[in-house]
This record gives sequence, structure tokens and C-alpha cells, in this order.
Amino acid sequence: MEMTEMKEDHRTFSIALTFCIMFIFWVLLSAWTVYLPEPYDLSKVSRGILAALIVTFLTYEIFVPGKGEKVLLKMRRFIPYVGWELWQIYLATVDVAKRVFGILEVDPQIIEFDTTLRSDFALVTFANSITLTPGTITIDVDPERGRYIVHAIAKGPADSLTVDQTMQKKVGYVFMEE
Amino acid sequence: MLAIDVISTIFLAAGSLIMITGTVGLLKFPDFYTRMHATGKCDTLGQILIILGCVIYEGFTFITIKLLLVSAFYLLAGPASTHALMKAAYVTGLPVWKKGDKRM
Repeated sequence: MEMTEMKEDHRTFSIALTFCIMFIFWVLLSAWTVYLPEPYDLSKVSRGILAALIVTFLTYEIFVPGKGEKVLLKMRRFIPYVGWELWQIYLATVDVAKRVFGILEVDPQIIEFDTTLRSDFALVTFANSITLTPGTITIDVDPERGRYIVHAIAKGPADSLTVDQTMQKKVGYVFMEE
Repeated sequence: MLAIDVISTIFLAAGSLIMITGTVGLLKFPDFYTRMHATGKCDTLGQILIILGCVIYEGFTFITIKLLLVSAFYLLAGPASTHALMKAAYVTGLPVWKKGDKRM
């Protein structure tokens, strides 16, 4: 009995959060149709609510899969991570440009390493982050062991993944899978 | 108005320059894997700068949000497509260039 109630609670939270995000998304994408010719036209807003509801009931299980309160904490931790990632994209481009024009050497190698990440979203985020950060591209992921196969363009970028492990720690912190 | 023109031109020019750098790398690097480094990374920053240039030129409207969403979507789709090509090459056993080998 208690179990089902807990589950019900999760579901309400999941549906509410998904609906809020979907409705905000609809307002951002088509707000001028709401307030432009006639302000606060109910029939237009209700169209948005209907669309958001349909999408919510189709996707809430995928969009917010359980673990209630933690979802909001993860979202809050994810935002500074995106900022750091944008800085890494800049560094990555400078790094590749230096190698293109022959300032740094090209000495490719393939490395493999294990991580503590297990959930789908954490694995995808880390794989994309590897590709966006300087000098490394994800080739393959084994989700069961959190094992990554990575192509590094030189020894320096490879060491930043296998020795320093800054990014593993950051992603682990964001998704609470340290 | 002139200041906005200048700033957006700088952004567009920087984005184009980075795209060109990626293309030079694509032609210059020795094998498939390193070529993917050049295109996969330069395109990401290049498109962010070009979209920012467009945003600054047009001023902040609701279209801006759509443009920024396109940019954010590229941050997901760009690495995913790079990874798909890399994995396909790796699985089919394309040899990896080592330092000192001949250009492939």
C-alpha cells in the first residue's frame, strides 16, 4: 500500500514538472500568438495547454524517470556544468586550430577507461562532453561497466581523461553517481 | 545601429574563420579519425558564433529563443553524429594512424 502511494507521488511530481516545462516551452515558441492581436485570449492559451498536456502524457515517464526531489537538484547542478562546457568548447577549438596549423603535434592514440556512471542520461552527457572537450572523441560506450573507448589526438588530452579525471568528477557530481 | 553592425560582423567573421580552420584540418590531417577531430570540434563553436552574430544583428525577440534552441540542439546532435561516424569506422576496423606512418 505504502509502495503504491510512493509511486503515485512520484508520478504526480513527474507529470507536474513535465507539464510546467512543456508549457513554458510552448509559451517561448509561440507567445506572440497569445498576446499579440488580442491580449490573453483564452481559446489560444487553452490550445497551448492542450498541446502541453498531450505531450506530457506521452513523455513524462521518459522525461522525468522517478527519484522525485533529486531531479530538481540535478537540474540546478546541470546549469553551471553547461557554462563550464561552453568554455571547454572554446578551448577545444583553439586546440584543434593549433594542431591544424602545426603549432602542436598530432600523435593519435586510442584509450579505454572505466567510470562510475551508470544512468543513460549521465552516460550520454559524459560521451558528448568528451567529444566537445579538447582533443578527444568518444568511439564507444559499454553502459553496463561505464567503460569508454576514446580516440585522443595526442598524449596531453588523453591524460586529462585517464589521469586528472576532472570531467568524470564533474559529471558524477551533477548526476550524483560518484 | 553601426555598433551592432560591427559587433555582429565580428561574430559572423569569427565563426566563418573557425569553420574554415575546420575545413583546412579536414584536408590536412592524416587519417579519418583525426579528420573527425577537426570538423567535429570547429563546427560546434563556429555555429554558436554565427548564430550569436545573427541574434545580435536582429535584436532580442522571440525568434532569438528559437535560434538559441537550434544552437543548443547542435550541442547534442553534433557530438552524436561525430560519435556515430567514429564508431562505424572503428567497428569496421579502419586502421588508426600512428605517428610516423604514411598519410592515409
